[in-house]
Amino acid sequence: MSAFEPVLTRIVGIENSHTLSVYEGQGGYQALRRGFQLDPDTVIEHVKNSNLRGRGGAGFPTGVKWGFLPSQEQSPGPRYLVCNADESEPGTFKDRVILRHNPHLLIEGCLLSCWALRANHCFIFIRGEYASEAKIVERAIAEAREAGYLGRNVLGSGFDIEVTVHRSGGAYICGEETALLECLEGKRGYPRIRPPFPAVVGLYGRPTVINNVETLACVPSIIERGGEWFTSLGPENNTGPKLYAVSGHVERPGTYELPMGIPLAELIEEHCGGIWRGRKLKAVMPGGSSTPVLTAEEALAVNMDYDSLAKAGSMFGSAAVIVMDETVDMVQVAFNLIRFYHHESCGQCTPCREGCGWLEKIMKRYTEGRGSAGDAALVLDICDNIAFKTICPLGDAARMPLEALITKYRAEFDARIAPSTFAGGGGGR
Amino acid sequence: MFSDEIIREIDDIIARYPVPRSGLIPFLHVIQREQGWISPEAQTWAAERVGISPAEVAGVVTFYTMFNTRPVGRYLLQLCRTISCKLRGSREIRNHLEQALSIKPGETSADGLFTMMEVECLGACGTAPAMMINEDYHENLTTERVDEILAACRRDAGTEVER
Ligand SMILES: Cc1cc2nc3c(=O)[nH]c(=O)nc-3n(C[C@H](O)[C@H](O)[C@H](O)COP(=O)(O)O)c2cc1C
Ligand code: SF4
Ligand code: FES
Repeated sequence: MSAFEPVLTRIVGIENSHTLSVYEGQGGYQALRRGFQLDPDTVIEHVKNSNLRGRGGAGFPTGVKWGFLPSQEQSPGPRYLVCNADESEPGTFKDRVILRHNPHLLIEGCLLSCWALRANHCFIFIRGEYASEAKIVERAIAEAREAGYLGRNVLGSGFDIEVTVHRSGGAYICGEETALLECLEGKRGYPRIRPPFPAVVGLYGRPTVINNVETLACVPSIIERGGEWFTSLGPENNTGPKLYAVSGHVERPGTYELPMGIPLAELIEEHCGGIWRGRKLKAVMPGGSSTPVLTAEEALAVNMDYDSLAKAGSMFGSAAVIVMDETVDMVQVAFNLIRFYHHESCGQCTPCREGCGWLEKIMKRYTEGRGSAGDAALVLDICDNIAFKTICPLGDAARMPLEALITKYRAEFDARIAPSTFAGGGGGR
Repeated sequence: MFSDEIIREIDDIIARYPVPRSGLIPFLHVIQREQGWISPEAQTWAAERVGISPAEVAGVVTFYTMFNTRPVGRYLLQLCRTISCKLRGSREIRNHLEQALSIKPGETSADGLFTMMEVECLGACGTAPAMMINEDYHENLTTERVDEILAACRRDAGTEVER
């Protein structure tokens, strides 16, 4: 395979890459011109052929999702595109690179997608903390409007597109697509019960497509170079350029654009300079804080794509690679994570609200060396009572990493059992 | 309650949406920028602006972590405590802040300048440890860097008082 050339971050090193003049000078908005000469259904066809899978976490094929939108005849009236820039999964900071340094690529992707979906209004839903990123994107929208790429009668097509930046108020749950819609409607971010799905009943009860920043940023290159090109980058069914956000104990943390399917070992060793301070690798959470941990041995044998990580018992998630060296205490990790999920649970479902609270208490006990002999079994039982029994996937996102941690690193948890309750050494109750 | 300029900014935000209520969360940021927190009076004002009840606004304000329901210091320090920052030493930064300001998370310094809070992942995990001061990010924190930042805040606050 020839050397990989970045697509999403190609212009990121260039000074003022966030401005229209630099973006256009680098060939920007050519895909938009091309796309607007095509029939919207042909644009959808290209995205379907690319096999692009959503970069927000679940990896759902984008073209298929777009296909769920009812036709204008079936559902006359407004329909919406929402770009998910909530980026709140711990470990994830990849979309920020696009928002800060390549906002026009995202806007071009949004505009092409609006055209394909016949949506006249796109909302870019951005986490509240990204105030400066929101300003950068708003400025880019103003520039694009000035240039005639959005607003009334885009490129003389007769088609109008509005793009609005919506700044959220700080809540991880609003990254979940239906909570996001509630927030966009000015409400508390409570996830909705599905069905109906947003494609049919979404924002203001209208058909709505929700896609991640990186997903939409892939669309211009697909229109420019075709779906086949996209499918040539990486293993079958797991293709395209990909942003990997690497944090934790590597020499050079950061966002790296590489093809889908690269070995995790290569990412850590070659691109990120290996484990910091000359230490050894202990564990990796490969796709964000919700994805089951891999031991060093598992991590060094796996490739970074949806199917490979599923086979390894974890998930590709948002490709947020959290690296832990040999000094890390897995009990502390478990406590840190469950405290996060308990804090972020919206409280609608009992298993998630109460379960996360109990789990946090148990993990706290462990960190203080006050675990009891039955705690590990209790943890797994509580997790089992959360599994697939909640309105949204946050409950599962909370329990999955915990199950993996306590199963794979059981000895570390057992070592925190208070002596009087330790059943394993003959002195038990 | 607000100047004409601020009201215009808020009305501009509301006008971007097909339904006025959608503008609520974005414009609460404007109110907080102006007042430092979202007072009960501001909540009632916001409710009227978009035609919902004050209770509904209170429900929103309390759901989202960025909105302060009580006054905070001039500089609101929000230090990330989540996994990637934890791995890169956020606990040391917290200890250092506690010592330098003689406050614990949730408290405001005696001079009213600084309020410190611990928050969850800020989406800056590759440049951990990270914190926000008001709306600005500060990343790759070290204890030395924190000292510089606090000194700069104190200097800015001092010059403003003199002006
Ligand atoms: C608790 C939770 C948090 C989520 N956070 C995000 C997020 O910050 N950004 C994102 O794009 N998707 C997030 N998702 C996934 C979205 O619900 C949705 O699947 C995604 O935005 C769809 O876009 P895609 O098909 O382009 O991946 C989250 C899901 C859950 C359950
Ligand atoms: S699973 Fe948790 S976050 Fe999701 S709706 Fe239920 S309580 Fe809320
Ligand atoms: S974990 Fe601290 S910014 Fe993400």
